[in-house]
Amino acid sequence: MDIREKTQIALALLFPAAPVTEVPVVAEGPPPPRDAGVVIQDFPRCGSHLDVLCRPDQVVAVAQIMDTEGFFLESIAGVDWLEKQQLEVLYDYNRLGGEHCRVMVRTLVPRTEPVVPTISAVFPAANWHERETFDFYGVHFQDHPNLIRILLPEDADFHPLLKDFMP
Amino acid sequence: MTVPISLRHDETFVLNLGPQHPATHGVLRVILTLDGEYVVKAEPVLGYVHRMHEKLAEGGTFAQFMPNTARMDYLHALAFNHGWALVVEKAAGIEVPERAEYIRVITVELNRIASHLLWWAAFLLDLGGFTPLLYAFDDREKIIDLLERVTGSRLTYCYMRFGGVYNDIDDEFIAGTRAFIKRLRSRMPRFYHDLVTHNIILIKRIKDIGFITPEQCRRYGATGPVARGSGISYDIRKNEPYSVYPEFDFEVPVFDECDSMARYMVRMHEMEQSLRIIEQALDKLPDGPVMGKAPKVLKPEAGYYYSAVETARGSLGYRLICDGGKNPYKLKLRSPTFSNLSLFGEVAEGMLLADALAFMGSLDLVIPEIDR
Repeated sequence: MDIREKTQIALALLFPAAPVTEVPVVAEGPPPPRDAGVVIQDFPRCGSHLDVLCRPDQVVAVAQIMDTEGFFLESIAGVDWLEKQQLEVLYDYNRLGGEHCRVMVRTLVPRTEPVVPTISAVFPAANWHERETFDFYGVHFQDHPNLIRILLPEDADFHPLLKDFMP
Repeated sequence: MTVPISLRHDETFVLNLGPQHPATHGVLRVILTLDGEYVVKAEPVLGYVHRMHEKLAEGGTFAQFMPNTARMDYLHALAFNHGWALVVEKAAGIEVPERAEYIRVITVELNRIASHLLWWAAFLLDLGGFTPLLYAFDDREKIIDLLERVTGSRLTYCYMRFGGVYNDIDDEFIAGTRAFIKRLRSRMPRFYHDLVTHNIILIKRIKDIGFITPEQCRRYGATGPVARGSGISYDIRKNEPYSVYPEFDFEVPVFDECDSMARYMVRMHEMEQSLRIIEQALDKLPDGPVMGKAPKVLKPEAGYYYSAVETARGSLGYRLICDGGKNPYKLKLRSPTFSNLSLFGEVAEGMLLADALAFMGSLDLVIPEIDR
């Protein structure tokens, strides 16, 4: 069993209602909205092996699985979906050497109340990445040890990567 | 190994290092809590050269972001060019002619050597050695001249295009590169290893100092020479091959001493491996065009794309999200030094201040890339 299958099986336990699916082949237009679960991706085409969509309260559980499987946290990004009034927090996991596997974990929170639990207790790397996402998007990471701005000035009162931000 | 000392927390004081301190190479600020000469707590403060490149990416077209990529890591700008070209080509499905990929690899590797040479010069300057800087800059100047000839700029390159490169290389560049390979190889043992690597002062300053365990690398996401100096054989060029790297025979130098000396040795050996790649690429260089067919206006399909390249400092990732429009909907830059620096606080604890600065130098920080 290769690492992708192993990770996929471990992650699938979090989503008992959703079976693991291959990415549907859609000829035109954006992919249809989907439920929480694990989707196998076409690696050469999009650059990650697995795409995991989870509920905000599951990110810590996912991080613990990734930690057990020997992954490291590559980065955390925010995405502002203005039309859907949602903010997305995107975690990229990867492996340091050995068998290669990239996993993208996403979670969606309402734009008016963006709250996600911190994973900095699992991966210390998340500390700075979460501070950056807070800085740019205003996502509040619950129980973060030091959730202050990291790249913008400490007295800034805006979150510049929000799509409706006007300088 | 550093002897553990018991720190008396009631007698600490705070030293503000930077943001204009010469040892921090740019505008990094570190708030150090010291007990005598020992570091109790080190907290880097970032953001002094933050320019919000990610927002700039959303405001322009895909091609308009290319010059920005070179302004992040100004020492290995071509790798940043390469990564951006690769991720957009992946998203838009653009084919690149083989000759263009070879030229990309040759220029990226030349740039990598230039970056390592500058790191070497600046690192030794931190440790108090001035002469190595003159030798390294002498060699680096040759690379910069070669790259200026094909790319048109000396530091902030905007050389790559979606579908190829902007300018073909000529015979003079090839002859000049071959001469440079010979020159660096002849100078390496005497001017680099005899003078510096085997120097007892350098060894005393960096050997057994700044231990980073492989587990720490994983928890903090450290990559590049920092991870390879901790015994982790991880190089994107080998582990996740891109471009034409699989066609070359080269090794990934790995040292498992985990100290600053190991990271130093990794970079010194990498220069030789880069020379080997360039040599093979010049031998095998195919004929043909250097630009493929690419549409004038790019509108990649909506979706999530990721592409990673190995820069001189580690794994650089572009996370690109497209919505079908002609601008990137979202671009996240995963810069290697941001993660590499994040373990500084943990490792520097309990070190002597002078050792902590030598350790910081061994991480090879480029601040504009951390701050983006």
